[in-house]
Amino acid sequence: MTTTEKQPALIGQRIAKVDGLERVTGQAAYGADIHLSGMLHGKLLHSPHAHAVIKGIDTAAALKLPGVMAIITAADFPELTQEAAISGSSEYSIGAANLRRLWMAHEKALFSGHPVAAVAATDPYIAEQALALIKVDYDVLPWVKDIDDAIQPSATLIHEDLFTHTLGELPKKASNVAQHVEIGNGDIEAAFRDSDVVIENEYRTQRVHQGYIEPQASTAQVDPSGHVTVWTTIQGVHWARFDLASILNIPLGKLRVVPMEIGGAFGGKVYPTLEALCILLSKKSGRPVKMVLSREEVLRMTGPTSGSIVKIKTGCKKDGTLTAFDAKIWMDSGAFPGSPVAGATLAGFSVYQFKAFHIDGYDVLTNKVRVQAYRGPGAPQACFAMEQQIDLMAAKIGMNPLAMRIKNISKEGDPMTHGRPHVKIGFTEVLERVKAHPAWTSPINGPWRGRGMACGMWMGGTGNSSAHLTVNGDGSVSVVVGSVDLTGTRTSLAQIAADEFRIPLEKVLVTVGDTDQTGYTDTSGGSRITYSMGTAVHRACVEAVEKLKGVVAAQLKVPVADITYQNGIFKASNGQSLTFEQAARTSMRRGDGPVTAVGAVRRLKHAPTFGAHVADVEVDPETGKVTLLNYTIFQDVGRAVNPTQVEGQMQGGAAQGIGWALFEDYVYDEKGNIRNASLLDYRMPTALDLPMIGAEIIEVPAGDGPFGVRGCGEVPIVPPIATIANAIANATGVRIKETPFTPERVFWALRKAGKA
Amino acid sequence: MTKKTITPTINGEPKELLVDQRITLLDMLRDELHLTGAKEGCGNGNCGACTVHLDGLSVDSCLVLAVETTGRSVTTIEGLAKGGALDPVQAAFLNNSGMQCGICTPGFIMATKALLAKKPNPTEHEIRTSLAGNLCRCTGYDKIVRSVLALTKD
Repeated sequence: MTTTEKQPALIGQRIAKVDGLERVTGQAAYGADIHLSGMLHGKLLHSPHAHAVIKGIDTAAALKLPGVMAIITAADFPELTQEAAISGSSEYSIGAANLRRLWMAHEKALFSGHPVAAVAATDPYIAEQALALIKVDYDVLPWVKDIDDAIQPSATLIHEDLFTHTLGELPKKASNVAQHVEIGNGDIEAAFRDSDVVIENEYRTQRVHQGYIEPQASTAQVDPSGHVTVWTTIQGVHWARFDLASILNIPLGKLRVVPMEIGGAFGGKVYPTLEALCILLSKKSGRPVKMVLSREEVLRMTGPTSGSIVKIKTGCKKDGTLTAFDAKIWMDSGAFPGSPVAGATLAGFSVYQFKAFHIDGYDVLTNKVRVQAYRGPGAPQACFAMEQQIDLMAAKIGMNPLAMRIKNISKEGDPMTHGRPHVKIGFTEVLERVKAHPAWTSPINGPWRGRGMACGMWMGGTGNSSAHLTVNGDGSVSVVVGSVDLTGTRTSLAQIAADEFRIPLEKVLVTVGDTDQTGYTDTSGGSRITYSMGTAVHRACVEAVEKLKGVVAAQLKVPVADITYQNGIFKASNGQSLTFEQAARTSMRRGDGPVTAVGAVRRLKHAPTFGAHVADVEVDPETGKVTLLNYTIFQDVGRAVNPTQVEGQMQGGAAQGIGWALFEDYVYDEKGNIRNASLLDYRMPTALDLPMIGAEIIEVPAGDGPFGVRGCGEVPIVPPIATIANAIANATGVRIKETPFTPERVFWALRKAGKA
Repeated sequence: MTKKTITPTINGEPKELLVDQRITLLDMLRDELHLTGAKEGCGNGNCGACTVHLDGLSVDSCLVLAVETTGRSVTTIEGLAKGGALDPVQAAFLNNSGMQCGICTPGFIMATKALLAKKPNPTEHEIRTSLAGNLCRCTGYDKIVRSVLALTKD
C-alpha cells in the first residue's frame, strides 16, 4: 500500500483513552463485576502452615451444611496427561505439574496460604462457614524461610525430587536450588589485575508484590454438554486456555476464556489462579461458580517478585573505563522454580560494556508463595547492585557519575551478556538528554539533600499476535484482537488502524476478543502489545486496503493494478475516485465479498528500551525518613504512538520502583505467616508520597515493526531503586544496600556511620 | 441471619430493601443493586476503590453497614452523570487521562468530587493529601493530580 505519503496523522497524538468513558462512569466490567443466573460463590481454605504434609482432608461435615453445593481438593484434579506434563503455553511457562500444585496443594502444603480445598455455596457466608468445618490433618515440617536458609547443605528439602539444573551434569543430591546459570566472557582475573579500582559489595532486595488494585476474580460455567466458559481477569486469554485445557484435560475448542476488564496486573496475572478451581466446582455442582480473592489472600497466595541477594565485584581504570565484574545472584522463587534470574543476568548486566565478566545465577526455592512476573522481571534487582557500584567507582576515581556512564554504555553492535549484539538502541541519546537537562544540571539547595541517577534496559517482548478486521458498510472499521488491554492498547491500536486508513479515530472500534473470537495471541506482557499487536493490526489494515482496491476496481470497471490509495481516497488512473467510506459501502455489493482481513505476527526482532532516572531526595537525619523532592525519567521509546499513554507507563513504572525502594516489604512471623497482609501494612506509595514525575520521551526508532515503536512499559521500574539509593548516598555519604529504605533502616545506617 | 428493611435513597431514587444486617454498603450496592462501579480492592478501608458519598460526604463503602444508610442519601459513580452529560470531574479525568486500568477511577472521582465541594481551589499539596486514601498502582498519580488541578480556577 501507500508508503510515500507518510506524514502520520494520528501516530504521535495525545489521544484520550478510547475506552475512558466506561471507566469514568463505572460501567467497565472487571473480574468481580459479573453476575450469572444461579451463580454460586467459591471460597478457599488455606494452609496455616508454611510447610506440611497433608495426611488427610475430611469434608463430610462441611458438605452437610445447607447451601454448600460442592467441595474440591487436589483429588478432584484429573491425572496429568503425558502431553500436558511436558508442554507449556510458552517458554516462560511454570509447567503444568507445578502450576496445578500451586493452584491447590497436593501432597504437601508449600507455603502459608497455599489453597488446600475450595467450597462453592449459595452465598459467600455459607461458603466461609463451610471452610471452618473442613478438617485437614497436617504433619508440620520445618520451613525454609529465605535464600540464606535454603542454600545451606543441611537445609530442609522443599521438593525431594528437585535437582539443580546446570549446564554440566545433573547432581545426584536433591537441592532447593532449581537452577544454576553461569555466563561470562573474557579473562576476568587479568581484567581485575589490570584495574586501578576494585570494589566489592553485597546488595539485598526484598520480595515485593505487583500491587494491582483488583484482586483476582474468576467465574466458570460448565454446561451439560461439557462446554466450559470462564470469565476472568487475566493478562492473556489464550495462554490461560492452553494451561487450563492441558491441566484439566479439556479440548481447546470446548473451553472459552472471556477476558473481563483487568484492574492492574504488571505481570502478576499472567497465569491462571482461580479459573481451574471455579471450573472444577462448577462441574461438580452443575452451577456457575464465581470466586473473588480478598486482599489478604492476594498478598498470601499470589505474586510477588523475587527477593534477591547480589554479591558483586567491579573494577575500573583511573580514566573511568570499566574493566571487569564478577556477580553472584540468588533469587528467591518461592515454592516452585521460576525466579527471573535469566532476566537479571541479561537485562540487568547488558547496560554497560566491561572487558570481562562472569555471572552465576541461582534460582532458589523457599516455603513462600511462588513468585510471578513483575514488570521487567529480574532487572531491577541487578540494576540496584550495578548502578550503585558505578557510583562508588566514579566517586573513587573522582569522576562525574554521568560521565562515567556515558564512557561505558552499550551501543549498537556491542555484545549483551549472552553474547548476541545489541541492535539499534537509543541509550546514547537518552544520556545526552540527561546531561543537558535541569533535572541533572540544576543546583541542589540545602543540607541533607542529594541527587542520584541510574540506568536500566529491557529487551522488549515480541511473541504471537492476531487481529481480525472488518470494514463495515458505513466506512467504520471493527478490529478484534486477542490481546488483553492492560493500560491503553485499545487506544494505541485504534490510532494505528485509523492512521493507516486515514479515517477519523471514531471510525475505528477495537475490541478485546475471547478465545473463540480471536486467533492465538501470546499474553500481554513484556511491553509487547503496541509493538507486536500493533504490527498485526497494521498488517490487517494493509490487507483490507488491498481488498478494497478490488471492490473499487470492480465498481469503476478498471484493473485492480490501476487503483491507488492515498489519504483516504481510492483513485483510478483515469481520475475517477471513491472515498474510503464510499468504497466500504460499495463492498456490500461489489468485489469478492465482505471485506475482512487478518493480521498475524509470529516474532519480530527485539526492540530494546533504555531509560535513565534522576531523583532528588531529602533525608531527615533525626528520623531517617527519605522525602522524594524531584523525579525525572528519560527514556527511549522508539516512537511514542500516544505520548500521554507513554508518559503514563513511565510514571507508573517509576512509582512502583519508588515503592520498592522506600516502603514495600513482606514481614513474616516465625512460622512463615505473612504479618502484613493488608494495604495498610503492605505500604504502597500514595499520592502524598510522590512528586509530579517528569517524563522525557526520546525517540530513536526501532529497527523492526511499524513506526519504529519500542515497548515502553517495562523499563521504568528498573532504575528507581538504584536511583534513590544513589541519591541518598549523595545526600548523606551513606550507602544503603538493602531495600526498603525505611526510616528505621536509614536512621541506623546514618547512626552507624556517625552521622545521626 | 437477621434481615432488616431499610429505606436509603440511592442516586436520587428512594429504595426499600430487605438486607442482611451484616452486609456492607459496598456489598449492597454491588450484589443487591448491581451497581458495580464501586470496587472492592481491600475490604478494610485502605485503598479507597469503593468510595461513595453518604449524605454528600466521601466514605469507604466497605466500612459502612448497609443498615446505616436507612433514611440517608447515597451517591455512587453511576449517579454522577446527569441526563447523559458527564459530571465535570468525570470529564476532567477522561480528558486529562487521569487513569490507566481504571479500577481505582470511580473511587478517585468520588473522592475528588467531595474534596472540591469542600474546597473548590485546592493546591497540589491539598489534592495529594486529600486523595492519599485512594490507591492507584498504574499512574504514579501524576495525571490524576493534574486532572484535579484542571478543575481548579488558578
